[in-house]
Amino acid sequence: MTVAVDIAHRLGAFDLEARFESDGRLVALFGHSGSGKTSLVNLIGGLARPETGRIAVDGRVLVDVEAGVFVPAHKRRIGYVFQDARLFPHMSVAQNLRYGRFFAPAADRYADFDAVVSLLGIEPLLDRRPGRLSGGEKQRVAIGRALLASPRLILMDEPLASLDEARKAEILPYIETLRDEAGIPIVYVSHSIAEVARLATDVVALSGGRVAACGPAAQVLPRLDLSATGERDGESALIELAMATPDDGYGLSLLRSAAGGEWRLPRVDAPAGARLRVRIRARDVMLATQRPQGVSALNVLRVRIGAIAEGDGPQALVRLDHGGDALVARVTRRSVATLGLTPGREVFAIVKTVTFDPATSAPAPVPAES
Amino acid sequence: MDSGWGQGWGWWLDLSPSEWDAVRLSVRVSIWATLASLPLGILVAWVLARKEFWGKAVLNGVVHLPLILPPVVTGYLLLLTFGRRGPVGSFLHEHFGIVFSFRWTGAALACAVMAFPLMVRAIRLSIETVDRKLEAAAGTLGANPAWVFATVTLPLILPGIIAGMILAFAKAMGEFGATITFVSNIPGETQTLPSAIYTFTQVPGGNAGAMRLTLISIVIAMAALIASEALARRVAARLDVK
Repeated sequence: MTVAVDIAHRLGAFDLEARFESDGRLVALFGHSGSGKTSLVNLIGGLARPETGRIAVDGRVLVDVEAGVFVPAHKRRIGYVFQDARLFPHMSVAQNLRYGRFFAPAADRYADFDAVVSLLGIEPLLDRRPGRLSGGEKQRVAIGRALLASPRLILMDEPLASLDEARKAEILPYIETLRDEAGIPIVYVSHSIAEVARLATDVVALSGGRVAACGPAAQVLPRLDLSATGERDGESALIELAMATPDDGYGLSLLRSAAGGEWRLPRVDAPAGARLRVRIRARDVMLATQRPQGVSALNVLRVRIGAIAEGDGPQALVRLDHGGDALVARVTRRSVATLGLTPGREVFAIVKTVTFDPATSAPAPVPAES
Repeated sequence: MDSGWGQGWGWWLDLSPSEWDAVRLSVRVSIWATLASLPLGILVAWVLARKEFWGKAVLNGVVHLPLILPPVVTGYLLLLTFGRRGPVGSFLHEHFGIVFSFRWTGAALACAVMAFPLMVRAIRLSIETVDRKLEAAAGTLGANPAWVFATVTLPLILPGIIAGMILAFAKAMGEFGATITFVSNIPGETQTLPSAIYTFTQVPGGNAGAMRLTLISIVIAMAALIASEALARRVAARLDVK
């Protein structure tokens, strides 16, 4: 399944010009407010018409302005989970779920009601009215409703943005299950680097209506320069680790990267051999020119410096390579100068175990079967 | 005053056959006027609420005209257009055998025209409050515009439709000027409650009859109002608007 977008669209003073192609199972459209994410999914979903350009999903041309093609939203079979759920208030949860069922041609109807209901854990809600659901329940029902229309692609526009942390934590596992088990590609809009890091297989980063970067999440995320966006957690790297020892007796888990690096994290609930995706924030990574002695930090890795991006401020972003795994470190420009950090040099990256946020350690996306 | 107040509460039920005719005719005319104009009312309300087109102001003006014009003028215009020699009236008579002038159907037409602006206004307001995002959501689920209207828009504007129908029914029950101008005041055919009351007030000793029909009018109006309230409450409960 490939989503191919090449459009130009003007919305008032805002200019959206995006071109990307992705065949990821969960493609995150990432960018801060006003970067054009929602406009872009609306164009894919058929809720808006681009001025020029072409959009194709899985080879099927949905929009080709030059050729005069515009498939209306109801014929696209693209599910859409809105930020505000948009459940029909005059129908019960079960009726909402069944709404899209009969619009899909019988031969293409793959979604099974009971399976979707149990996947999302919404059995107890079926007879309720949307007005009596919590925000998290509404979003689960909205996801189920989109899924039960048997779409070819699901768009999710910041489905967690209006929820508090507890509700987010409640829904994230369902989206992961959907990504890994339902087999429907998802385009996921988010301005939260934490969500993107946890969910995305691929990332399209938008900035000011342009595509800033596009590719597999582990490659794109460390490359993003987020210093200007005010993102609280800033840049981060994503690495995939395999569980070696679930508990070392101190409440820590030992994991190994493909490159042979050893990582000690706060205990993660996963069996030995399980593959996990871990997010390492740039500001949590320290650099040393010699292997440090007698430090409390448990993760010390030999890395090679890639590029160093120095901005106008006091900080610099140092890209690191650890046997194929990309890491980033945010240090001061002063340190870059005094330590003589230059591209190509081998240094040691130090990451304190306690800086890991357990919420951002998640099961790694299951590799797509092809 | 020969009002019969002293005869107790049962007296007003003692209607003469012609008075009963007026009551029945009024109810029939009002129900027909309301139901027959409803589809067009929803369509016009939807067009006015949702569409932008050249001449929208004109359509809006035409719909609201009966509200502003003296009812007699509306009735006279109906007579000119839908009378047996009028352009529309003669066409309908020749091709479909439908006659409006001096028939109860004409009374229903007059009532429908007079009540139309009220009905359209109520429905239009409720269409304007419908969250169009819900309609867009239905579209992404595969529903074409007609299905979206039938399964999302229509149920959501039901309270507005009920309010519009009640307003139209009440207006039709009270319609007098346009009706009497268009279809006259023929007992048993076009003599509605207001016409009958008017007739009573024009003859000596008609006070008792006028009072009886007045009370009947009040009862019908109250019953319609209470029924609409109950209906609106049930719909609101179904929509779970809290």
